[in-house]
Amino acid sequence: MLDFSCEVIRNPVSYALFSLLLFAGSVVAGFLGALTGLGGGVVIIPLLTLGFGIDIRYAIGASLISVIATSSGAAAAYVREGFTNIRIGMFLEVATTVGALCGAAIAGIIPTGLIAVIFAVVIGFSALQSFSPPSLPATIPPRQSRFSAMLRMNGTYPVGNTHETYFATRVGPGFLLMSVAGVLSGLLGIGSGALKVIAMDRLMRLPFKVSTTTSNFMIGVTAAASAGIYLSRGYIEPTLAMPVMLGVLAGSLVGSRVLAIAHTPVLRRVFAVVVLLLAVEMAFNGLTGRL
Amino acid sequence: MTDEPTTKGAIMDVRLEHVLGRILQGGVFIAAAITAVGGIMVLSAHGGWQESHATFAGSDQTLRSLSGILHAAASLNPVAIIQTGLLVLILTPVLRVAASLLGFVIERDWLYVLCTLAVLTVLAYGLASVLR
Repeated sequence: MLDFSCEVIRNPVSYALFSLLLFAGSVVAGFLGALTGLGGGVVIIPLLTLGFGIDIRYAIGASLISVIATSSGAAAAYVREGFTNIRIGMFLEVATTVGALCGAAIAGIIPTGLIAVIFAVVIGFSALQSFSPPSLPATIPPRQSRFSAMLRMNGTYPVGNTHETYFATRVGPGFLLMSVAGVLSGLLGIGSGALKVIAMDRLMRLPFKVSTTTSNFMIGVTAAASAGIYLSRGYIEPTLAMPVMLGVLAGSLVGSRVLAIAHTPVLRRVFAVVVLLLAVEMAFNGLTGRL
Repeated sequence: MTDEPTTKGAIMDVRLEHVLGRILQGGVFIAAAITAVGGIMVLSAHGGWQESHATFAGSDQTLRSLSGILHAAASLNPVAIIQTGLLVLILTPVLRVAASLLGFVIERDWLYVLCTLAVLTVLAYGLASVLR
C-alpha cells in the first residue's frame, strides 16, 4: 500500500485521485484505530508522511482535526452507556489543555526530525501497551483519598441491573500524567488516549469502562486547545485535512460498531506489530533528517 | 454536604451527559456536512494536478484567521468553506465545555464551576490565536 502511494507522489496526479486515495487510507486508519483501541492518530501521521510524502507539519494538523472528529463522534454512543464521569474529566482537562498549549509551543521551536522521533517512541509504547494483558477489574480502594473526596471524585457505574460505586485515588499523580498526555497531544497532534487510560486506570484506579469513556470525552477538548494555534500557524491545510477528517470519522464510526459485536484479539496484535514497524520507520526517517 | 444534593447532582449528571452527547454529535455532523460540501466544490472546480505538500509552506494566509476564513467563505470560496467546517469542528468540544459550565451552575457546584471556567480560559487562550 505504501509503495503504491509513493508511486502516486512521484508522478503528477489529479487532485481528485489524490484526495480519493487519502480518503480511502484514512477510512482504513480510522476503522483499525477504533477496532483496536489504539486510535486513528497513530497511523494517520505515518500514512501521510511515509505513504504520501506529505510534510509532517501538515500531517500533524490533519491528524489533530481527525482526533477531534472521532472523539466527538464517539461521545454520543459512550454517553448513552452512562460510564463517563464528567467531574473527573473536567478536573483532568485542566491538566491536559494546559499541557496541550505547552506542547503546541514546543512544536513551534524544535526540529521536525525530533518531533518524528518523539512520535515514534510514543506510538511504539502504545503498541507495546496493547500486548500487555488486559488490566484486572480495578479493586476498589477501601478508602477514598482526602483530595479525591474533596473533589467528589466518586461515581457509580451500571453493572447488570445495579449500580456499583467507585472512588478515585492518587489524584495528584494522575493529574501530572495527564499533563504529560496533554503535552504529547499538543506536540504530535494525537489524542494520546493510551496514556490517558493508563493515568485513570492504573493510577487513579477507576473502572476500565469509566477510564476509557472519560478519556475519549477528554480527547476532543484537549485537541481543541491546540487546534487554534496550529490553524494560525498554517498547519491545517484544508485540501489535506478534508479527506483525512471525513475518512477517519467514517472509518472509526464503523469500527466502533464492529467492536461492539466482535472481539478481535488477533487483529489487535497484528495491528500493534504494524504500528511498531511504522514507529521504527518514523524514528529512522526522523534521525536521518528525512522528516 | 448532605446526601440530598449529591443524589440530585447525580440525576442532573445523567441529564447533562445526554445533552452534552447530543451537542457533540450535532456539532460533528454539521462540521462534516460543511466540510463535505466544500470538498465537493473543490473537486468540481479543481481540474489540475495535485500540488506537492512535501515541503512546508503553510496554508494560505487568509485561511489562518477567523476573519479571513469567514470573508472568503462568504464569497463561496470552496477551500474556505472546508476551513469553516473545520472551525465548527474545533468549536464543538468548546461548546461542550460551555454547556458543562451551565450544568454545574444549575447544580450550584461552585468547585466545578471554577474548574470548568479554568478549562474555558485555557481553550479561549488557544483559540485567540485565530483572531487576527
